[in-house]
Formats: sequence, structure tokens, C-alpha cells
Amino acid sequence: MASTITATRSRPDFVHRLLLGVGGIVLGLAILLPIIWMVFTAFKPEADVVQYPPALFPRSLTLQHFADIWDAIPFARLYGNTIVFAGGVTIFSLLFDSMTGYALARLEFRGKNVVFVLIMILLMVPFQVTLIPLYDLLGSIGLAGTLPGMIVPRMTNAFGIFFMRQFYLSLPRDLEEAARVDGASEWRIFSRIITPLARPALLTLGLFHFQYNWNDLLWPLIMSKDIEGATLPAGLSMFVGQHVVEYGLLMAGSVLALMPVVIFFLVIQKSFVAGIATTGMK
Amino acid sequence: MAPSLLIIGVFMVWPLVQSAYLSFTEYNRIQAARWVGVHNYVELVQDEQVWNALGNTAVYAVVVTPITVLLALAFAIFLNRPMVGREFVRTAIFMPFIVSMAIISFAWSFLLDANIGLVTYWLGQVGFVTEQGWLTDPQLAMPAVMLVGVWKSVGFYMVMYLAGLQSIPTELYEAARVDGASAWSRFRHITWPLLANQTMLVSIMAAIATIQVFDQIYVMTRGGPFFSTETLVMLIYRVGFQDLRLGYGSAVSWVLMILVFGLSMLQFGYFRKRAVTY
Repeated sequence: MASTITATRSRPDFVHRLLLGVGGIVLGLAILLPIIWMVFTAFKPEADVVQYPPALFPRSLTLQHFADIWDAIPFARLYGNTIVFAGGVTIFSLLFDSMTGYALARLEFRGKNVVFVLIMILLMVPFQVTLIPLYDLLGSIGLAGTLPGMIVPRMTNAFGIFFMRQFYLSLPRDLEEAARVDGASEWRIFSRIITPLARPALLTLGLFHFQYNWNDLLWPLIMSKDIEGATLPAGLSMFVGQHVVEYGLLMAGSVLALMPVVIFFLVIQKSFVAGIATTGMK
Repeated sequence: MAPSLLIIGVFMVWPLVQSAYLSFTEYNRIQAARWVGVHNYVELVQDEQVWNALGNTAVYAVVVTPITVLLALAFAIFLNRPMVGREFVRTAIFMPFIVSMAIISFAWSFLLDANIGLVTYWLGQVGFVTEQGWLTDPQLAMPAVMLVGVWKSVGFYMVMYLAGLQSIPTELYEAARVDGASAWSRFRHITWPLLANQTMLVSIMAAIATIQVFDQIYVMTRGGPFFSTETLVMLIYRVGFQDLRLGYGSAVSWVLMILVFGLSMLQFGYFRKRAVTY
């Protein structure tokens, strides 16, 4: 359909852009359907949720599910765990990824090539392979089934280091050279000159880490002893597996669970999308 | 630098080595690991469950990867033109990538519910009636989780394609138009060849991701009905963390390791060669 429209035009005029836009918006809404439906269902009274034939739009609205969710399951605990897990991983990762990425991009030291090759190899390893021994290892130091145990192995990773290295390689050297001539220490150059310049890259990587860990299922599923110790995706899945849950309630919990990542994304959307585009250019 | 290497060494390299070792042992966490040589691997090639999981993973990857990549390309070309509301549409298509697969899978499960699912109902209205419901029919469960897989990741690859499209000089299209090239031949002779790098990158990334599919299957079907959606990672989870056959689970995980590592090497080799020729 779109191609026949373009074939007949010589320059894009407003009507044409409007027609394309209407098609695009219909497509966009179709893709958003599960999310839209989730939000509507969270506000529907339970009788409407299970009505037949099913309907997308609510007939009446209620906030009941948002009030009940906190008592029906240990929702506040799950929320807190997820904030600590995803937030902790993100903060430590940004620190360690950027330091290691900087060292690999700018500093000269023995074994640098070995480290870089190791990072490249680890980029190709699926993390599921290490799951079984990793769980044992954490168990032997008493961290299995705990939040710190969940966080520590994720405090840096090959992707983050590689991403930051690529970014630092693209920065001009002039600034740091000037600072070096002025006698600034390497640490001072890194923390005062390089890191402020790296803000867009750090934001992008931060959202990558945050959304990946906030959303992750398999790792928190394995690392939580019970629902109380789980993150939102793992805890809600465990709960749904064991109990009959009212769907309105589950959707209200889901909406609350998705919100932080969606908001974070909408705020830094521009630099995040640009970040993905550059990953593709490597 | 030092803390990073410590973390990588202790929590990535060591478990990797350990996992290779465990795959040659029998181990259940209660007794110490006992060396059994290649026994796990012999069992593995004779194990119907493994072949079933490998087959399901292959079918999932072979169907989902090309559909996702081609849809992503089509969306990117469509959204590369000026239109009203373009930013909204791009964001909408990208949004599934941002949300948690496990959590949005609750919504998908309900939408595809046999009795009161909205999507089931709409499909019924246009003549597609299911006997047992999408997620409970062994024939339909796999297509259902595939649909969710495509839906989730198409926006991510679309963004990568959009970046590629913007790097194509517009003069090329104008010249082709002056020469009277049709929309199809412009795509065939300009867009497609100039996006070859992007297509290669996106395809391998998508293949690697699909081989590791887990989240929506765990939530929506738990690998069922009758193991019809049990993929490799589902099997690793079941064998290693539910049956507690850790040695055997490690061996199965090395099948995944070889697949993913092989694909990654292919990607690495391809782009190294390109880098030399340019």
C-alpha cells in the first residue's frame, strides 16, 4: 500500500504524510495492544475482566487492584528487591565497565592484549553455561539465594567493557594530553575530564544494564530461595505458578512493575536509540 | 580495572571452566562430583528430550529470525519517510523491547486464553477458531510463543536498520529515480546491497538471541503442552535446577555454548573480513 502511494508522488506533501502517518499510527497501536490492554485491565473491576465476549475498553474504572496488590502478594518486597538488584548492578557496572574500558582504550600496560582477547571471547559466551557452577560458587561463600549474591557476579560484564572501550576510542585525545602536560594524574584525568564527556555513553549503557536486570527472569529465578527474595519478574512468575491470581490484580502489579523502566526509557530515549545505532556500527 | 578483572575471573571465567569439568561428571550437589568421562555426552546424543529441545530451538530460531529481520527492515523503510506522528510510531514499535518479557507474557497469556482471551476472540471473529486454545494446543503453542518473540524484538532491530538507512546518500535514490527505476528496483539495487552489513549483523544477533529463548516460554507454557515448546535453555533449567542433575545439565549447556559461540565466531569473522577489504 505504502509503495503505490510513493510511486505516484514526486515530492512529499502534507496529505501524503498524513496518510502514511495514519497507517503508521494504526501499526503502532496494534503493536502496543498488549501494553494498552494491560493498563485498561488493571483498572477494570474483576467482573469486567472475565466477561464474555471480552472487550478492550473498560466499562467502569476502579483503583481497587492497585490498592489490593500490596497485601495479596509481598509486592513491596519484590519492588524493593528489584530496585536494589537492578540499581546496584547498574551503578557498579557503570563504574567498573568505564574504568576497564578506559584502561583498554587509553592506557598501556602489560597483558593488555590478553585482557582484550579475553573480553572478546566472553562476549561470545552465553551466560546460561556458567549458571550451574556459578550458583555452587555463590553457595560455597554463603551468597546463594541472597541479593548480594545476585548482584556481585553482574557488577561488570564483557559487553559493558567493550561498549565503553569503543566510546573512549572515539574521543579525541587532545584534552587528556593537555591535562597530562599540566601534570594531572591519570585518575584525575579519568574522573574530571573523561567521565563528564562520557555522559551520553554512560546514560545509554546505564539504561541497558538497568532494563536488562530489572527485566531479567532466569538469573533471579535461580537465585531466589522464595518469593520474598525474588525480583518482580521472577517473583510474579513464581506466584502465578503456585496460586490462582485474579487477572486484574496481576495486571495492576504488572503495570507498576513495568513503569520505572518505561519512564527511564522515555526520559533518555534519544541518546539510548543513538547508542543502539552506534553499537551496530562497530 | 583490577576489580573488573577479579569479577570477570571469579564469576565468569572460573564457572566456565568449572562447567566444562562438571559436564564430565555426575553431580547432584549432595555428593561430590564423580568423574564419568564422556558418559553425559553419550547419553545426550541418545536422549530424546535433548533432541526434542534442540529441534524446538532450531524451529524457533529458523522461523523467528528471518521474520523478525524482514519485518524490522520493512518497518525501518516505512518509518524512514517523512510522515505525521513518526516519532510516536517508532517509539511504539520499540516499546516491547524495553518492557520485561516475563511480565508482558502474563498479558499475552491472558490475551491468548482459550475462553476469554481478547486476541483469541478477535481471531475467532475473523474465522480462526481454535479447538483447545493457543497455549494448550501442542500444534499452536509454538506459533504463539514465536509471535511474542517477534513482537518483542522487532523494534530493536528496526532501530539498527534505521541507522543503516540514514547512512545511504539520498543522491543515489534521486539518480535512480531520474533513470526511471521503480520502487522495487531501487530497493533491490540500492537499499538491499548497501544494507548487507546491517542485515548480516542483525541476523546473527537475532539468531543468537533466539537460540537462548526462555522468558516467554517459561511464563506462558512452562515448555508444554507435552514438551512442544521446551527449548534448550528450558531443558537446562529443568535438568539442572529442578531435577538437580548438575553434571548432565552442564553437558546440555555446552550444546548451547557451541551453538552460540559458533554463530558469534561467524559474525566476528565476517566483520573482520569486511574491515580488511574496505
